Amino acid sequence: MTDRSLENLQDGITKRSMTQWIAFSLLGVASLFGFFFLAFILYWIIRQGASAISWEFLTTAPRNMAQEGGIAPMIIGSVYLTAGSLIVAIPFALGAAIWLSEYAWKGWWLRAIRVTVNTLAGVPSIVFGLVGLGLFVYALGFGVSLLSGMCTLAMLTLPILIRASEEALRAVPRTFREGSLSLGATRWTMIRTVVLPTALPGILTGSVLGMARAIGETAPIMFTATAFLLTQPYPTSLFERVSTLPYHLYGLVQISNFYNETKSIQFGTVFVLMAVVTLLNLTAIIWRTRVRRKKAW
Amino acid sequence: MGHTKVDGKPNLKIRMKHRNVDRYVFFALALVSLLTLGTIIYFIFAEAVPFLDKMRLVPEEQGTTSKWGEHFTDTRLGDLFTSTWRPESDREEFFGTLPMIVATTVVTLGAMVLAIPFGLSAAVFVGEVGPRWLKDVFKTVLELLAAVPSIVYGFFGLIIIAPFVRVHLDVVSGSNGLTAALILSIMALPTISSLAEDALHAVPNTYREASLALGATRWQTIWRTIIPSASSGIIGAVILGMGRAVGETMAVLFVAGNAPFLTWNILRPLRPITSAIALDMQESVRGSAHFHSLFAMGALLLLITLIMNWTAEWFHGRLLKRQGLKGG
Repeated sequence: MTDRSLENLQDGITKRSMTQWIAFSLLGVASLFGFFFLAFILYWIIRQGASAISWEFLTTAPRNMAQEGGIAPMIIGSVYLTAGSLIVAIPFALGAAIWLSEYAWKGWWLRAIRVTVNTLAGVPSIVFGLVGLGLFVYALGFGVSLLSGMCTLAMLTLPILIRASEEALRAVPRTFREGSLSLGATRWTMIRTVVLPTALPGILTGSVLGMARAIGETAPIMFTATAFLLTQPYPTSLFERVSTLPYHLYGLVQISNFYNETKSIQFGTVFVLMAVVTLLNLTAIIWRTRVRRKKAW
Repeated sequence: MGHTKVDGKPNLKIRMKHRNVDRYVFFALALVSLLTLGTIIYFIFAEAVPFLDKMRLVPEEQGTTSKWGEHFTDTRLGDLFTSTWRPESDREEFFGTLPMIVATTVVTLGAMVLAIPFGLSAAVFVGEVGPRWLKDVFKTVLELLAAVPSIVYGFFGLIIIAPFVRVHLDVVSGSNGLTAALILSIMALPTISSLAEDALHAVPNTYREASLALGATRWQTIWRTIIPSASSGIIGAVILGMGRAVGETMAVLFVAGNAPFLTWNILRPLRPITSAIALDMQESVRGSAHFHSLFAMGALLLLITLIMNWTAEWFHGRLLKRQGLKGG
């Protein structure tokens, strides 16, 4: 090799490593954006919202067009609605997940149901609101009520719960199933006594994530379950309207042109909502990591 | 013992029968998801069809006829794609949804201009360049970002981004298409990044090794080998992120400005389809033309997102198929 070509080669290498350095730096900076944004939004909500939180804020009903008082009915209402939606959705979701992971035979049905679950997960939340209005509120005559809201949110959380449960079931090793079957258990006995108990932590994690999603949703419940500043703050039956955290925030923002005194209550509501959602998610994430690490197999 | 015949032989036939019941029970439960999707499609279109149908059936000059009353006297099917939206009026009602369709398009494309470069860069950096622990942290951050309720994003946009846009771009109102696009780009980011990273992760390690062994730098390997082989999955990720942006309601409702006028200018207040449904549904009377027109918009929205989802699914399937071939 001549000196000349060696020089060219070295030039090429420096140029290539320069390009790489520039490319990696740009990518690195761009990927910081997500971290930065999460940190910023959490900081902002804590800074603005923490001062609004007091025992009174968490335990009393709003007074004087929500300019005073607290958000207790909204917290209770959101809990009712979310818990109810999970109670409706979990049996179906778990059943579907068991079929997908344990019984499904390869072919048309399996593909159809998989595509369905993925499609359901992509349906916009406002469309669930419209369906809830057409189906539960009008066609089935539930009215604008807790029950309609529960059923609407159950439709929305169904795909999330199915995916999470299926993943948990699939994580159970094959050898567990083979061991049980070889001892003479039927497939259902094997699922009931071996697969489900092993997958339970994963299924619960998935349910917590589904709950976190349901509690923050506004669009599906705004015409089916909730209203702003109800005369009767706490629902006494399934056929009554409920107050919820996200819709309360929406209402406060809507009226804030006329009543500017609600700023701190708005921030307080956002703080509580975000605290609940973030804590549920963190619990699920930490729990999941611990379960994965603890696995003996 | 229950399955034992008098002669002592186990009755296998009965046991087999029992064994099969559970299979059908769980199949039925799995069908519920199919039923749910069917119900969604049916109810949206069932409530949308009266609108389209009656508009076509009642001729313009016929005046007040038909059980639908005066609502439909001056409307035709083609009016759905005109530019005037005045659903509740004493004189004449117009149901042109073109302003909303254009607004959704403008806001979504605006969001993608930001979300695609940032989302994909992050996916590449975290998946291919950074250390292993960074990836775990990053996935957690994305999961938390994805979990933030959309109304909180909307509130953030209203209080922080809208004033910022108003002051720095010198526009009349900070509630406009650009603010909505900014918020939507943040909301689409977790979907795009996370799924694109999965696609990169699915590229076999032998590809990396072969490229590096030929003397390529890490960057050349990423740019010329890994990204092209993951391209189907990356396209799928982008389409799904776009689908999220199209269907987003509460955030957009807070910051887009909600003016139902036809404009392609992103700096003007806009009213995307989702906001229009959320805003008007509380005011519309059940069974009125207005009510059904909102379902017609819902049907359009559902159709767009279904097509996007299925396209993404198709790209994803192609990725899996290609990798299946490689393995064999």
